[in-house]
Amino acid sequence: MAEKKLNSPGGISRLFRMQMFIPIVALIILAVFNLILDPGFFSITMGTNSAGDPVLSGYLITILDNGSEVAILAIGMTLVTAACGGQDISVGATTAIAGSVILRILVGGGDGELQAPIIVAFLVACIVSMLFGAFNGVLVSIFNIQPMVATLILYTAGRSIAAWINNNELPIVTDPSYTYFGGFIPGIPIPTPFFIAAICVIVIMLVLKFTNLGLYTQAVGINASSSRLNGINPTFIKFLSFVILGLCVAVVGLIKTSRISTINYSVIAKDIEMDAILAVALGGNALSGGKFNIMSSVLGAYVIQFLTTTLYKLQVSSDALPAYKAVVVIVLVVISAPAVKAKFASIGKKMRARKEAA
Amino acid sequence: MAGKGNAESKAMPKRGMTDSNKLLLITIIVFVAMYAGAMIFLGEGFLKVQTFCNLLNNNAALIITACGLSIVMITGGIDISVGGVVALVSMSCAVNLDYLNGNIFTSIMVALGIGLAFGIVQGFLVAYLDIQPFIVSLAGMFFARGMTTIVHSQPFNVANEAFQALKNTRIKLPFGSVNAKGVFVNAYVEIGVVVAIAIVVILFCVLRWMKLGRSFYAVGGNQQSALMLGINVKRTRFIAQLLSGLLAGIAGYVYFMHVGSGSPSHASGMEMNAIATSIIGGTLLTGGVGNIFGTFLGVLSLGLIQNIVSSIGLDQAWWTGITVAAMLCLFLVIQSVIMAQSRKKKAAV
Amino acid sequence: MKENSVLEMRNIHKSFPGVRALQGVDFTLCEGEIHALMGENGAGKSTLIKVLTGVYEKDEGEIYLKGLNKPAVIKSPQDAQNLGISTVYQEITLCPNLTVAENMYIGRGKGQITNWNKMNKDADKILQNLGIPARANQQLGSCSIAIQQMVAIARAVDMDCKVLILDEPTSSLDDSEVEKLFGLMNDLKARGVGIIFVTHFLDQVYAVCDKITVLRDGQLVGEYVIEDLPRVQLVAKMLGKELDDMEDIKGEAAVYSGADADQNLLEAEGLQSDAGIKPFNFHIKKGEVNGFTGLLGSGRSESVRAIFGADHVLKGSVKVEGKTVKIHKPLDAMKAGIAYLPEDRKIDGIVGDLSVRENIILAAQVLKGFFHPFSKAQANKFADEYIKLLEIKTASADTPIKSLSGGNQQKCILARWLLTHPKYLILDEPTRGIDIGTKIEIQKLVLKLASEGMSVTFISSETDEMLRTCSRLIVMRDRRVVGELSGQELTQTKVMETIAGGEA
Repeated sequence: MAEKKLNSPGGISRLFRMQMFIPIVALIILAVFNLILDPGFFSITMGTNSAGDPVLSGYLITILDNGSEVAILAIGMTLVTAACGGQDISVGATTAIAGSVILRILVGGGDGELQAPIIVAFLVACIVSMLFGAFNGVLVSIFNIQPMVATLILYTAGRSIAAWINNNELPIVTDPSYTYFGGFIPGIPIPTPFFIAAICVIVIMLVLKFTNLGLYTQAVGINASSSRLNGINPTFIKFLSFVILGLCVAVVGLIKTSRISTINYSVIAKDIEMDAILAVALGGNALSGGKFNIMSSVLGAYVIQFLTTTLYKLQVSSDALPAYKAVVVIVLVVISAPAVKAKFASIGKKMRARKEAA
Repeated sequence: MAGKGNAESKAMPKRGMTDSNKLLLITIIVFVAMYAGAMIFLGEGFLKVQTFCNLLNNNAALIITACGLSIVMITGGIDISVGGVVALVSMSCAVNLDYLNGNIFTSIMVALGIGLAFGIVQGFLVAYLDIQPFIVSLAGMFFARGMTTIVHSQPFNVANEAFQALKNTRIKLPFGSVNAKGVFVNAYVEIGVVVAIAIVVILFCVLRWMKLGRSFYAVGGNQQSALMLGINVKRTRFIAQLLSGLLAGIAGYVYFMHVGSGSPSHASGMEMNAIATSIIGGTLLTGGVGNIFGTFLGVLSLGLIQNIVSSIGLDQAWWTGITVAAMLCLFLVIQSVIMAQSRKKKAAV
Repeated sequence: MKENSVLEMRNIHKSFPGVRALQGVDFTLCEGEIHALMGENGAGKSTLIKVLTGVYEKDEGEIYLKGLNKPAVIKSPQDAQNLGISTVYQEITLCPNLTVAENMYIGRGKGQITNWNKMNKDADKILQNLGIPARANQQLGSCSIAIQQMVAIARAVDMDCKVLILDEPTSSLDDSEVEKLFGLMNDLKARGVGIIFVTHFLDQVYAVCDKITVLRDGQLVGEYVIEDLPRVQLVAKMLGKELDDMEDIKGEAAVYSGADADQNLLEAEGLQSDAGIKPFNFHIKKGEVNGFTGLLGSGRSESVRAIFGADHVLKGSVKVEGKTVKIHKPLDAMKAGIAYLPEDRKIDGIVGDLSVRENIILAAQVLKGFFHPFSKAQANKFADEYIKLLEIKTASADTPIKSLSGGNQQKCILARWLLTHPKYLILDEPTRGIDIGTKIEIQKLVLKLASEGMSVTFISSETDEMLRTCSRLIVMRDRRVVGELSGQELTQTKVMETIAGGEA
């Protein structure tokens, strides 16, 4: 063997290699930036909402609240990315479908009174979403179509289907209990979406701990052929990742429609697929698949929301927001690019060598 | 040894069709069949030459962006920023003409400048820093969309006279059809169509005969191999991404000439249409296979679907979405089956 | 530079993170000679080649070429090509989506315009001259791997090169194709081309080469004229120790003396898969080592893949220990106690980015079930146990397997299957492309396992390796079983005769 260890890498470079490194650094930069600009950013106040219940408010709470949908989607998106080496760009459109299904079952055609328990509507939405996920999954796993392209189909047709489910009407839910999912549960001052996201994260963490989903997904993402010869069914694992993402989509559909108690087919969860993919990338997961870290993606999702909220606070209009986000994303991606990292490393090495020589 | 008898028994292999040609053939058949079907079942409108010309008029910008996208996809990349660039270009040109005392020349420069800038930056990031094209152009798209509203937040129609004249220029063709009053009317196309067709022809030639064009295919086929074969892979990928940006800039101006206004919501979803039409036209997203002529037909197929949907009297936005999606689904499955077959054949050799 | 040398490399250094791949290596290539570059895996052969062809940039040292007054600057494969260095790699480095002719001409020559007619005509002429059964305008992807390899060689030959590098080009060629290649090499040699030949096959080295340069651990061991260096010494130089092990293993046969030694562990009848093999019958006894032999493409890999369910099985029945089992997919076979070490380590074996530990436990983990992951402690225990048992050289169990050398990767895959405690182990070319030391270890291990009652099927391109380990050989030709040899029949000549067929 020709391998002879060079100096063992120092603490800094090990930190560089840590997957959580990027989102954590991004978070710190954003936090420091806001601290300098206006320490009031971090203040949290207790108030009451229109229903007279105590609620916490403040920018941090907004972040935890609004970042939850992306965080939930990031869970499924990470699995899809890891197993298939591609992304699902239809999540926004299928969120519209899920939301539409929920409303259809809750109040479809009625006057806003609940016609079915919310849990039933939600479970049906879960099944429908998983079916649409399965559709994507079949295209990707059985027909070997690249995920981005396969999901382009539902991306194009999804919102039309969502509108069709409710005959292009906009059903409104009047029952106040439905607003709990996107707002506050009376008596609990922390926004419910955050709890829902936390539950989703805990569930997936338990699943990863007590099953081999993680190992199988990574193995399939890295080398599908070899995985097959080791008894894993790559087709099924890829399919499964899309179905899991479908489940995440259903949860997001519930939150999104609950926030406004109705639905707007062309606007609901618009561009959320981009945020979800960014969350995965920001989390340091290779978009070409393989090894993954779900916590890192979830953190990435909240970092994106942190950024969004910061920009809103700076009076950036919501339409111009993407431009600033794009710059930040590019900076982050460039810093973490292997080519740039190698350059940094070689500069560091030279400096160290110079120091040693001195 | 066994080798002796073997060499003679190995007959010369049949040439067979390349994957590229197979996919192109399907595209041609589908387009012709659809058009013929429309002519037979929907009659009248589709028999007129002008209907076909309007397909071109309405989709000239999409043809140009789809060509750029095809090139990027052939090299194995992707560029989803094109729709955003088109919107940014049309808004910037509109502002240039109406608020900044610009003229036609300056506005064209603005369009080319924006396109080139996007191409260069994205190309550099993709080719030289080796960042995934999807994420780079995703950021590009966000940036372009955001910039569009920063340049000007409200939609408005351009009043500049010289531009209006250019916009309304119609190039009469030597053929046409008889209208309802029995008068012969020449069919016409807009300037944008001429630009689009020129670009299609030029790019077709580049991809077929120029070394650069063949390098695109080689890089898309297998990057590592292309490098070993002595192709400058980084430069090739850079040029592909650059071309896509530049073509998006040109497409932006063509689009601008067609609609005559600037708006943040212009060209929404155009990147997805461009990808969809490239695929319908026989480009593989995995790279290495594709044809500009196919892409051209792909765009026309998309336009045709829109026409058919609206002439049947269905809600356009909805049904176009669904039919395009269905067609995309069909083509993807066909492609996947063909590729699987050719893989199987190879294994059997 | 010496008078008749075409290439001199002086004091070449190259490091990768954590590895010093080359440390001051010199290499000299003369006009009209075939020069073998030998060394174990990880000795630095490929790195040296890649420095020369511009895939890697060297850290230190100079490269001189004939006709150049100053050190050559090679920063990309294109630079190398322009300086008259062409390379044929072990893996096909052509583009499957382009035509044969394009693959021969792309990336070289001046001018921006492709003249398809002329290119196709020229290419057809060259293909004909070299006797390669392919058409210029055929898509390369539709050719077999061997033909693709030949096209790569045709490309290199046509480039009028001064230095031709053949990096294990013969591993996917059958014997007649190898002979053709040797003819070609001798032609080029006569024209004054310097050829660098990298191979693991000692026979081939002694058949065509003039000189040998040996590398070990990234350092130069020495340059020898072939007549002065007998095989045993070459091997000794490569391994850095005198080697009696080679002799040792001979004559040792696997002897399993359990009570059930006579029972068939596995019986297959009329087995056929979609990979194009004819239906065949097969059986193996408990504790037996047998092998499939035949030329490349004769169907020996496809046969074992059918047994394991790696290819889609069309028909046939399989009995394990007398009980009929249905094997549709690898998992079925694994459950029946069958393990399969695949032919292509990179594509079918390792899971590159995963750690050594995860690679080792993978198959056992899958067998244990989706809902029953090993605990961390268990996984560590298994990994450490097998790293020690098979002497896998790795920094730690956490190291990604892709950063290990080929031989150690192979040991990990072997560990993976041993961990499943199979009754029947199929080894498809376990020794291909790995160093001699590991080869011998693996052969010994096979015999040891068999003597403990495991049945093993062993496939290798090297007949003497098979003769050393197997007690029965199944011979294949043209995708069907044509003979079975055992006992006294197990000799080189008899095997060759059977492979070639009765009429030969």
